[in-house]
Amino acid sequence: MSEWEVTAGWYMNLAAVLFVIGVAGMLLRRNALVMFMSVELMLNAVNLTLVAVARHLGDVDGQVAVFFVMVVAAAEVVVGLAVMVAVFRRRMTASVDELAELRG
Amino acid sequence: MSEVFVFGAVALASVIGAVVMVAHPNPVYSALGLMGTMLALAVAYVAQAAHFVAAVQVVVYAGAVMTLFMFVIMLIGVDRVEDLGERLPGQRYLVSAAGLGLLGVLLSAGRRAWITATPQPDPVNGSVEAIADRLFQDWVIPFEATTLLLIVAAAGAVVLARPGSPRRATDDHE
Repeated sequence: MSEWEVTAGWYMNLAAVLFVIGVAGMLLRRNALVMFMSVELMLNAVNLTLVAVARHLGDVDGQVAVFFVMVVAAAEVVVGLAVMVAVFRRRMTASVDELAELRG
Repeated sequence: MSEVFVFGAVALASVIGAVVMVAHPNPVYSALGLMGTMLALAVAYVAQAAHFVAAVQVVVYAGAVMTLFMFVIMLIGVDRVEDLGERLPGQRYLVSAAGLGLLGVLLSAGRRAWITATPQPDPVNGSVEAIADRLFQDWVIPFEATTLLLIVAAAGAVVLARPGSPRRATDDHE
């Protein structure tokens, strides 16, 4: 093991760690904004796997897919943050625990 | 050998940023942690010859998206330390167990699929020209569809966040 080579597997392991941190943040935090950031972290982790595989296969299609993921994520952030602003204006809170009007 | 150091720095910075994002009680520091993770991932993209994707990562994600997050954090005034106490009994333990389980599954699947595979001999070309060639030939229909998506998202955001939205008058009775 004198010559270490960084393969796609290294980056995919890093992406797995980041994805799991994002899942944990989604489940542990109650602030809607931080939960939303956790979703962004998961999207970034998946982008990292796509780039790693694109390099591994020598095919640029994976990077084009990352481009589309970024476009959809940008649209998602715009709408999601608008929803959060609208909710905050009515309820004066960003905590998902206090948005419990539908409980039986 | 130098790529090992680049990978180590990227991995350390991105994981620290992600943990700060999840664990810090102040949402402003959470946003800064996520920004650090995104910048570290941009370095990882450069190390994997994805130059255009790295530039877009910095401009769109670390720039525009995180600025939008900062705007909303300041706008709705949650830029202060919040209570991180857990109200659901056992939630932390369940999340830890589920997270470790998911990590184990992902790592073992990745190990089986990728560590042993031999990499492609010819390197991928991630320049703007290469991306544009593929984007405007094979992916031109999805590319045009994203324009529709962006217009709908922008219009939806305007309608949702407008103060005098007509929906307010109908369900203001509670």
